[in-house]
Amino acid sequence: MSLQVSELKVHYRTLKGDVRALDGMSFGLGDGEILGLVGESGCGKSTLGKSLIRMDGRMRRVGGTVVLDGRELPIDDDRAMNEFRFREVSLIPQYAMSALNPTRKIRRMVTELLRSRGAALDLAELERRMAQVGLPAEVLDRYPIELSGGMKQRMVMVISTLLDPSLLIADEVTSALDVSTQKAVARALLGFRESGYVKSMIFVTHDLALTHHIADTIMVMYAGRLAEKAPADVIVKAPRHPYTKLLLDALPEVGVRYADRRLEGIAGSPPSLLNPPAGCRFRDRCPIAGEECAEDPPVAELAPDHHVACWKA
Amino acid sequence: MTVIQEVAPREPAGVRREALYFAARNGKLMTGFGIVAVLFLLGLLGPLLVGGAPNEYGPKPMTPPSGEHWFGTTTFGQDVFTQFVHGLRSTFAVGVIGGGIAAVIGMLVGFVAGYRGGIVDEILNMLTNVILVIPTLAVLLIINAYLGIRSVAVQGLFIGLTQWPWAARAIRAQTFSLRTREFVDLARMSGAGTGRIIAREIAPNMSSYLFMTFILLFGGSVLIASSLDFIGLGPTEGVSLGLMLQNANQWSALQLGLWWWFVPPGAAITAIVGALYVANVGLDEVFNPKLRET
Amino acid sequence: MLRLHDVTKEFRVGAFGGKSVAAVKGVSFEVVPGEVVSLIGESGSGKSTIGRMILGLNPVTSGSITFDGLPVRAGKEYYRRVQGIFQDPFSSFNPVFKADRVFSMIKEAYYPSVPEAEWRERIATSLRDVRLNPDQVLGKYPHQLSGGQLQRLLIARALLLDIKLLVADEITSMLDASTRIDVLNLLAELKARGLSVLYITHDLSLGNYLAERTLVLRRGSVVEMGLTERVFGDPLHPYTRELLSAVPRLHTAWDDAAPVETCVYHDRGGSDGLVEAEPGHFVACARLATCS
Repeated sequence: MSLQVSELKVHYRTLKGDVRALDGMSFGLGDGEILGLVGESGCGKSTLGKSLIRMDGRMRRVGGTVVLDGRELPIDDDRAMNEFRFREVSLIPQYAMSALNPTRKIRRMVTELLRSRGAALDLAELERRMAQVGLPAEVLDRYPIELSGGMKQRMVMVISTLLDPSLLIADEVTSALDVSTQKAVARALLGFRESGYVKSMIFVTHDLALTHHIADTIMVMYAGRLAEKAPADVIVKAPRHPYTKLLLDALPEVGVRYADRRLEGIAGSPPSLLNPPAGCRFRDRCPIAGEECAEDPPVAELAPDHHVACWKA
Repeated sequence: MTVIQEVAPREPAGVRREALYFAARNGKLMTGFGIVAVLFLLGLLGPLLVGGAPNEYGPKPMTPPSGEHWFGTTTFGQDVFTQFVHGLRSTFAVGVIGGGIAAVIGMLVGFVAGYRGGIVDEILNMLTNVILVIPTLAVLLIINAYLGIRSVAVQGLFIGLTQWPWAARAIRAQTFSLRTREFVDLARMSGAGTGRIIAREIAPNMSSYLFMTFILLFGGSVLIASSLDFIGLGPTEGVSLGLMLQNANQWSALQLGLWWWFVPPGAAITAIVGALYVANVGLDEVFNPKLRET
Repeated sequence: MLRLHDVTKEFRVGAFGGKSVAAVKGVSFEVVPGEVVSLIGESGSGKSTIGRMILGLNPVTSGSITFDGLPVRAGKEYYRRVQGIFQDPFSSFNPVFKADRVFSMIKEAYYPSVPEAEWRERIATSLRDVRLNPDQVLGKYPHQLSGGQLQRLLIARALLLDIKLLVADEITSMLDASTRIDVLNLLAELKARGLSVLYITHDLSLGNYLAERTLVLRRGSVVEMGLTERVFGDPLHPYTRELLSAVPRLHTAWDDAAPVETCVYHDRGGSDGLVEAEPGHFVACARLATCS
């Protein structure tokens, strides 16, 4: 196990009270594993990604631990986390376009960044990795504005994995990209794992179909909790949680036509996490909810590596 | 149809009533407006009640506040309270006229330039920049010296005519970013014209910003007016708060310990501008529904 | 009904509009009553610009757009029959006003004489048509509603007018997967009322789900258009094929066929560059047979 998250609870402080963005998440991530993290907006997937590398000022750990390669991550200590960032945990942000300083050439930016981490720039290695994602070496002497969205995204990917972190968090890296660029970026991520630049990866996205092509395991989150986690193929072909099933049914695919097969969405909306109702949080929208759902369903391992939090699964 | 009748009347009047409801419950707004209102009434009614000319020399110079002279007297025996209420009046007048004129021109230019864009924007922008780089005070000096302006209203007018450019620039920038929002397109597709879109879609989004602009212009006008007063180009009749401050300074009130001479006008200027600022924060909460709930 | 003929749009850039950039180049197509047409393209393809020109929000540089034979004239009468909905539901509502103000604006402009009670009834009917509960959405501010509810409110707003054409520009791209499909279904239902929908999207699977006819745009030109099942089932232009192969699908592995060689005629888009490969299926490629 390279990453072990146990009972992690992270709340957002607001004037109206605590928003329970993560409410007791437990999961593990093996060496070389790519975990796809999917869910609707507000389900806590981005909070989870952020918690593992940098909590913002409003976030507060209420409980739980995160252990990476046998060492506990001090996730709520911004200073202490500095030692881990880039070297052990790294992040590719959603908007790579804004992550790059517009007034610096790429080369200078990379050098400065590495110096701030106390590492020297291995130019040959950098260029090799850039070539691997299809970026020519000349890119280093350009300004960010001269690169296309896909190129920037790939550049940020190379930079953030330069120190071979153990865990890479990719937060919605493809959502702002066109389909064709999206494919290239996704492929590049897979390449990073193969080349051993990163040991394991968490790929946060709202696109179930895309995750399926990248991830070994898919974890579906709902309202701050784990709904289902299983190998990618199992999630897609034999989901057990009603939410996963409905989500898959709502997914239009090339080839599915309204005229032939009418897809249905999921009625209702996720509960507020300010004061979430007791019991299963999907209960109000669930077509098969019953009496027992008034109580919190535990996460059970129904089959090897197939975890589901549902009484009816 | 019973269901629908319950959520019935939601007319423009209802919207306004709702804004009033939130305004009345907003402490910041009420405090701010309260202070301004008190000072305004003092300036408006004070001169009528106190009587006597503000600059009239009295027999008892340099007396501290007492029952006879509420705010004490100056080196020349002038009653500070009489000066204060008259000063408030002309200060409000200059601020409202100067700030008002500047705000109106600034909004007009800013909105039109920002919303129309293109060549209209370029011409208006050029005009704005030209006026912006003209040294305002120097121009006012010349105008005042040549035309011999001696009334508060005309002083306010000229201050207003020279102060609007930065307001226009700020409003233009805001309008520029708002007009690309899709609700503007939606309003166009509801058959609304340019004027209506500016007045009913764009302006309400920056109402607290516009009010802030007015407050700053108001404060700026008061300050410019007192600078003019200081160099003897202000209205010759009457007094202003700025003139009182400058007189106090000129006659070394601070060194002589005549605090009652400069504290009231200084405090009043600070109170007016400060209270308007506090009111503005409150106004933001009234106009922005997102801030209401917290 | 709606006809675009050789439409070109150039944007002036730089100081004093010295230079110009063509966003749309010689696009011609037609939308007939009761038809859902999807306009598919990546960023920079000019798809949104085309939508805005049809809505009269941006002027056409050259070429013509006609609706029922008359040139588009932005104004009350035109918007009675043609309406649009945009990508970002939160930016489509003025944040300082309640969301149902979009209805009052319609009333003010188009139905000032309709009595209040009857108007409320019309709103209620319209909301029911888009599956919204009036109690849940009326009298609320935009930030108190979800993206899906807001987009439906806008569809309901359009239904208050007797529209013939709805331009829907990426209206589902900011919605969650669980509600996105419901909004798409609504669009499809509009068809049953005899409405036409121009559905603009970058998402091939959504376009495919909804539309009878599809246009694929690339850099401002149409590269392929025809019946959806033909364009998606038997794509002729290399660009269409590339796009299709890049779409992630659930049950099939990513098409690993080497990326299609770009056709040497790929820039020959435009009205005159289109070749009719089979009845109703046009492609901007002069050498269809050999270029794959």
